[in-house]
Amino acid sequence: MLSIVEIDFGTPPLRTVEQVSLQIDGVSVRVPAGTSVLRAAALAGIRIPKLCATDMLEAFGSCRLCLVEITGKKGYPASCTTPVEDGMRVATQSRKLADLRRGVMELYISDHPLDCLTCPANGHCELQDMAGVVGLREVRYGYDGANHVYPEMKIEEPGQEWPVRDSGDPGRSHGRPANPLFAARDESNPYFTFDPSKCIVCSRCVRACEEVQGTFALTIQGRGFESKVAASQDQSFLDSECVSCGACVQACPTATLSEKSLIAHGQAEHSITTTCAYCGVGCSFRAEMQGEQIVRMVPNKDGHANHGHSCVKGRFAIGYATHPERITKPMLRAKISDPWRIVSWDEAITHVASEFRRLQATYGRDSIGGITSSRCTNEETYLVQKLVRAAFGNNNTDTCARVCHSPTGYGLKSTLGESAGTQDFDSIESTDVMLVIGANPTDAHPVFASAMKRRLRAGARLIVVDPRRIDLVRSAHVQADYHLKLRPGTNVAVLNTLAHVIVSEGLVDEAFVAARCESDAFEQWRAFVADPRHSPEAMQAETGVPAELVRGAARLYASGGNAAIYYGLGVTEHSQGSTAVMAIANLAMATGNIGREGVGVNPLRGQNNVQGSCDMGSFPHEFPGYRHVGDDAVRTQFERAWGVPLLAEPGLRIPNMFEAALDGEFKGLYIEGEDIVQSDPNTRHVTAALSAMECVVVQDLFLCETAKYAHVFLPGSSFLEKDGTFTNAERRISPVRKVMQPPGGHADWEITQLIANAMGYPMHYRHPSEIMDEIAALTPTFAGVSFARIDRLGSIQWPCNEQHPEGTPVMHVDTFVRGKGRFLRTEYVPTSERVNGKHPLLLTTGRILSQYNVGAQTRRTANSIWHAEDVLEIHPHDAEERGIADGDWVGVESRAGDTVLHARVSERMQPGVVYTTFHFPESGANVITTENSDWATNCPEYKVTAVQVTRVTQPSEWQQRHETFSRRQRALVDDDAYIQPG
Amino acid sequence: MKAHVDHLVTMANDIAHFFAVESDRAKAADSVARHLKQFWDPRMRRRILAHLTAGGAGLEPLAAAGVRRLAELDHVTVA
Repeated sequence: MLSIVEIDFGTPPLRTVEQVSLQIDGVSVRVPAGTSVLRAAALAGIRIPKLCATDMLEAFGSCRLCLVEITGKKGYPASCTTPVEDGMRVATQSRKLADLRRGVMELYISDHPLDCLTCPANGHCELQDMAGVVGLREVRYGYDGANHVYPEMKIEEPGQEWPVRDSGDPGRSHGRPANPLFAARDESNPYFTFDPSKCIVCSRCVRACEEVQGTFALTIQGRGFESKVAASQDQSFLDSECVSCGACVQACPTATLSEKSLIAHGQAEHSITTTCAYCGVGCSFRAEMQGEQIVRMVPNKDGHANHGHSCVKGRFAIGYATHPERITKPMLRAKISDPWRIVSWDEAITHVASEFRRLQATYGRDSIGGITSSRCTNEETYLVQKLVRAAFGNNNTDTCARVCHSPTGYGLKSTLGESAGTQDFDSIESTDVMLVIGANPTDAHPVFASAMKRRLRAGARLIVVDPRRIDLVRSAHVQADYHLKLRPGTNVAVLNTLAHVIVSEGLVDEAFVAARCESDAFEQWRAFVADPRHSPEAMQAETGVPAELVRGAARLYASGGNAAIYYGLGVTEHSQGSTAVMAIANLAMATGNIGREGVGVNPLRGQNNVQGSCDMGSFPHEFPGYRHVGDDAVRTQFERAWGVPLLAEPGLRIPNMFEAALDGEFKGLYIEGEDIVQSDPNTRHVTAALSAMECVVVQDLFLCETAKYAHVFLPGSSFLEKDGTFTNAERRISPVRKVMQPPGGHADWEITQLIANAMGYPMHYRHPSEIMDEIAALTPTFAGVSFARIDRLGSIQWPCNEQHPEGTPVMHVDTFVRGKGRFLRTEYVPTSERVNGKHPLLLTTGRILSQYNVGAQTRRTANSIWHAEDVLEIHPHDAEERGIADGDWVGVESRAGDTVLHARVSERMQPGVVYTTFHFPESGANVITTENSDWATNCPEYKVTAVQVTRVTQPSEWQQRHETFSRRQRALVDDDAYIQPG
Repeated sequence: MKAHVDHLVTMANDIAHFFAVESDRAKAADSVARHLKQFWDPRMRRRILAHLTAGGAGLEPLAAAGVRRLAELDHVTVA
């Protein structure tokens, strides 16, 4: 079912420039050439009846309802499949058309239940609407014959023997013939139902699964009247290949596919446009509401990042906001072994302020700090770094981008001059070759993965560089041309070999390099990568990638047309994460693949606001807009605006805070929305550091792992409960809008403001828009950004300033931000984390589609039906060597620690490499990961840990201790602290 | 305390590994020092400088040269 506020224009828009003029019902219309008559009419406000057409899908021409008359043409062509022509004269209404449409509708309704008053689609059903539009007044055919509506036949036809079976319908009288065409409702999916009795076989769901999502899980099974929608091999939706993106549900014109929340609540009465709080795609949604009750989330067709598509997380997994474990009262305790005491906001804030001031008085100004999450809005992260710099008086501020994309910031700034990706997502529509390295878009960035797959189906070529056989390597109608299945930890080596081939085979875009890049640095780089030690042949023993594959991939990337690189945490979360980012930028510059549509360097950010939290000055060494605290001019500007002197020295990064805590120098931490105990590496090191602090303040929705080590709990707000903005992976600033009140009473930015005021530093923002106004005044790349402009444009890609008042989709067009592009030599330095006799396997970690990050949100939704625990993927060879069968408990031991997981034997892995996710705290994935980190930014080396795997029979000691500790911690929370049933 | 100094030594060596590609050693050492100056909290810098003064155990030559150059940038005297 479509959104309650969107207009369906019937067929998708076209990008063609040429315009044609025609007349529809006497109205002059001018539209792009190639536009369908149906869409042209809709653009002119003329609604032609339709059922199988919708503007999210290509025209199909099956329902025969959108027929029109065209002067000079015979018959009654379907307006959805008929393109406009210059001078065309179209009539959408006539007696004949009315008769035809009524006849079509009569046939549809003759095989459709007449339970409209109790149907979930009532009030927003396209079939019902069309029956009204065409003036259907009778259905002559009845239900006595073959139909899909009833579980049993009403009248046995003479001479026809119907099989007798129990339909499962309690109201059915036994012994009457069963209806072989009837199929019972499929309730298997936790979020939507499939009721075949209401299906009109318009194929919109099937086409949405193919065209929009690209999964091809649905099909039309059978022929003629026996045609029906089937999932995979006529399986239940849950058991099929369906990824629950919901595109089919959105496309369905009847109640055949309906959200269970819609069935429960009924039609929404208003709609608010906001932005998803999950991954870095940053999908725009319409929250369709009844008062403060969310009826359903519908991806926004006008959303610039997602164009009306979504994934199972964004569309469905929002129940966490009202989950019974949500804590809504401020709480205090002196020691973590004490019960939590519910207190007033006043008492909690006063306590935080006095404790932080006490710690500073006792241990020094620099003994406290603050951390934000990329799940927070721009305005919130800005405010926390301001609190730290202006009220705490130090620069000990950091954000979770430290542990994911901090190398992107460093690597791209060093080479291109700006710490951000170069393109918009739509750029991929002009891409000829995709190089995907260290990213798994179908799981981690599913909506963008659908756009990638769409382009691949249209003929673009694909290179995948990844230790695992990710879905993109081979899935429905997609197959990578090259899969460089490298050994974990050898990204830089592989990137250097690609560069070697480009340089040594004359594939450099010399004109681009000469015009756009620093010549001395380029020549140094050219000589560096040309060295035979960087050849694919010399490196294949180290990387594990056959030389001929590297050469083929390099040639394709350099000479296959517009080539774009997409990368993720598989690039950054290494000891050479920053070096790999530089090597990627080098490749793009050397081949001239930067500065126009279809090319570029595109970091796929993990969380929704990674880009934004970095933009907002969350790192300890730089102010908003990536300007170093040591820059006197910039610092003076902030000192004037904020009215206090500011430090010129960088503060502590997250891992440095832990070290300082263990040294007794760091005693207090304000943590907004980040669960460092679960997400940061070497869990025991993190918990030891927190245990060494005297005041840990956690502002969160739940008693997360970190909160179990906290002394103050401040109930935070979800993205549904506040106003603000998120900035996605393409630098797109999108609106976050409050759809319900925060149950704790305050939005997060308000809590930060309360702390600042209590500490004696005044903050008096009345609304997040005022915070954005301050950001714009102090940050050149945000100079033109305001809530009013975002509302007007829908979203804005920074830089947004006088030169680019509506934002900048593609960066570095005529010149690089830093002037000339700078090649940097990227020596491969093997990680110190090497396999040995004791730890002979390499563990690498990642994500899965249904869960998100530490799982705090998705674990508290029905998404766990798809992924109820983290498992260890292991190659059959390694499993057999260890006597491990699929499903066995296995111990995973590294030099940092050990844990126990269930094994999944899988050929997705290469021999010698094992893989797990980190969505469940009890998995202890980060008990195993080590303190190794990126040389430039301290981003942890999550992707390479030497381990041994053995078959075991019980959880690890750490897991047993964790279970006991967690149970005790939950028992320390008063029941009154939890959200009360509404 | 020692363990944390060791970690700083490892970090300094890692930084030096990146800049080691520069054949002009003075330039490479300067790059190491400027990276430390730009990204390390003053406490961390003081600790690594003190460690150098105490002999600099574990610091590889370019890392040690970088820390020595850092002393100049931070106007600190090291032995």
